[in-house]
Formats: sequence, C-alpha cells, structure tokens
Amino acid sequence: MALLSGKTKAALLGPFNKNNPVLVQVLGICSALAVTSKLEPSIVMAVSVTLVLAFANVIISLMRKTIPNRIRIIVQLVVVASLVTIVSEVLKAFAYDVNKQLSVFVGLIVTNCIIMGRLEAFALGNGPWPSFLDGIGNGLGYGWILVVTGFFRELLGSGELMGYQVIPQSFYEAGYQNNGLMMLAPMAILIVACIIWIHRSKNRDLQEETN
Amino acid sequence: MDAISLIVRSIFVDNMIFAYFLGMCSFLAVSKNVKTALGLGIAVTLVLVITVPVNYLLENYVLKTGALEWIGPQFANVDLSVFSLLIFIAIIAAMVQLVEMIIERFSPALYSSLGIFLPLIAVNCAILGGSLFMQQREFESIGMATAYGFGSGIGWILAIIGIAAIREKLEYSNVPKPLKGLGITFIVTALMALGFMSFSGINI
Repeated sequence: MALLSGKTKAALLGPFNKNNPVLVQVLGICSALAVTSKLEPSIVMAVSVTLVLAFANVIISLMRKTIPNRIRIIVQLVVVASLVTIVSEVLKAFAYDVNKQLSVFVGLIVTNCIIMGRLEAFALGNGPWPSFLDGIGNGLGYGWILVVTGFFRELLGSGELMGYQVIPQSFYEAGYQNNGLMMLAPMAILIVACIIWIHRSKNRDLQEETN
Repeated sequence: MDAISLIVRSIFVDNMIFAYFLGMCSFLAVSKNVKTALGLGIAVTLVLVITVPVNYLLENYVLKTGALEWIGPQFANVDLSVFSLLIFIAIIAAMVQLVEMIIERFSPALYSSLGIFLPLIAVNCAILGGSLFMQQREFESIGMATAYGFGSGIGWILAIIGIAAIREKLEYSNVPKPLKGLGITFIVTALMALGFMSFSGINI
C-alpha cells in the first residue's frame, strides 16, 4: 500500500506553496507577526504549532462522527486547549528562556486561526491519516513563513542568528549599523507583505482583482 | 485616575492590533467597509468587557496559588494555573454563546447586524489575549481589569475603523498587481502601526 496517494500528497505538500496558510488562506497571522523578532522563538513556535495542529487534527478526525454539530466549536476548543497546555508545560520545563520570550503567545496557539480553520475545513471530513498529514503540511507551511521572517528580522535587526553574531565586526567598524526598526512590530508586517509580493509575482493565478 | 490612564494606555500605547497583532485574522477579513468593521468592533469590545472581569475573578478565586484559601486553610497551597488556558477559553466560548442569546432576545435589530460576527469572536485572539495579558499583569482590582478590557476593545475598534476607511479609498488607486488585496492591506497596516509607535513612551 502506498503511504502517499495523490490526495494525501496534496494535503501534505500543498500548504508549502499554492495553498499556504499564511500567504493564501490568511490564517494565523497574529502569531506569525508577534513572535518573529528573533529566529529561535520563531522555530520553537513553528514546531509547537505543527505538533498541536497535527495531533488536534487526528483527535478531531477520530471523533468526527460522534461530535454533535452544534457544540463542535467548544469540543474543538477544549481539545486544542488541552494540547496547548501540554506544549506550554513542556516548554516551561525544557526551554524556559524561549517560553519567557513567547509570553502569552504560546497560550494564543489555542485561538490561532490555522488550527480552527484546518479542523473545520479538513479534519471534520477526512480520516485520521490524511488529517495528520494535513496538519503537518499546514504547520510547516506556516512554519517556513515564521522562520524566513525571523531570519531577516534578527539578521538585519541585531546582526545575529540564533544568538550568534554573523555580521563581521569589520562591517561595524566601517560604519554599518543595526537597523533597530527591524526589532519593532511594524517591520514584521512589512516583511510578510514582501513575502506575499514575491509569492504572488511567481504565482499569477493567486493575484486578486480588487484591492 | 488609574483606571482612566489604563484605558488611555490600552487604547493608544498597548493597542491590541498595532502593538501585539492580536485579532489580525478577523481584522484583515472584515475590514472591507466601515459599517461591518464597526459592527465587529462593537461585538469584540462587548465580549472583552464581559470576559476579562469574569476571568479575573476566576484567576483570583480559583486558579492562582492560594486563591482557593477561602474554602479552607488546607487549600492554601493548591495551584490550578495549569488549567487557566482551558478555563479561559471555555468561559469565552460560553460567554460568546450567552451574549449571542441575550442580544437575540432583546435586540433583534442589533442581532441581525452583529449576528454573523459573534461566533467568529470566540476564536478571535484579541479576546483570549485580553484574558492572558490580564493574568500576566496581575491587576489589583476587578475595576482595573474591566477598564483594561474596555480600553483594549476601544483600541481595537479604532484600528479596524481606520483600516476599513483607508481600504474604502484604496479601491480606486492603482496598486501593483501582485500587491492587490492582501499585500497592500499589510503595507497599510504596517504604516499605521508605525504611526501608532509614536505613542509609545508616553507616560500618563
């Protein structure tokens, strides 16, 4: 039996490009912008969201035939909140510094629209295995935006990557300055806007007709 | 006095959207015209004003270390803060449901204009964010918590009305093709956020 048939492959790989949760579906923007001032919290956030999304998808997909339609939002929220609580406790135990930097945004994974969006759009109508792949795919599709944004913000904002200085000292002596504006919130939006710009210039079919 | 300065701070300095990007998803999706933007903004403020104080009470009388002391001295060391996420989100979902039912019962006109937004609000990060910031900042009284919820809501209204008004005007401008729609909205938001940065550092 092939593990990846055509449909499951689309579920896994689609979100990287044509169906990207951040760039195309416009989901999960809040956390994508708020945690990306450094590379390290971006990576931690990407991994956390991917894990929560994959397992929430599997759990909801397993229960999809027993959840009454009217209360499904509350059921989904409880499942997601439990998973996020586990992730948050693990982070507190093993990566306390990063957890401090992420502050409330770990908790806010609960209301990250990617998770609710995928649960509603995919897990409620598909089996556990495709749902798991869809979760991993969307989580990583969201993750790469975070990592790219975090990369540029940390590189231009503090001249470091993962806390190690990468811009040589001689540059600073020649008059190069860190761009402090990069560490502030608005630049995160501008960088994502640039990613959208490049992405849509490459994929003309995604361009919108109206403003 | 403290409450007023807290309200002003949470409207301008700690603006939910421009300083923390909370509620961006609905902010981007429902900002095509001013009228619906105002409707969503009012609904968000309403829910914030209700959920932040309720969660404040829960935090201080149930969840925090020693919060259960009012039951008996043997509960002084109980720390239930692990469950705060679960309880906050459950309260928010329940309150949204309740607000929806109350509005439907007493003001059908308001319900028909807000109705579609109310279920959306349960998963609006600004609401849960309000409760989580309330927990993190440890306000000293329920009045302060309410003031914080109110101020954040007003700040959110201000932001979404601003962007909606700009987007209405943008309709007639000539934007590069790949930037149309989402891209230009992001850039406008970034510029507005830069403007709002000028409020930071103000001491009231």
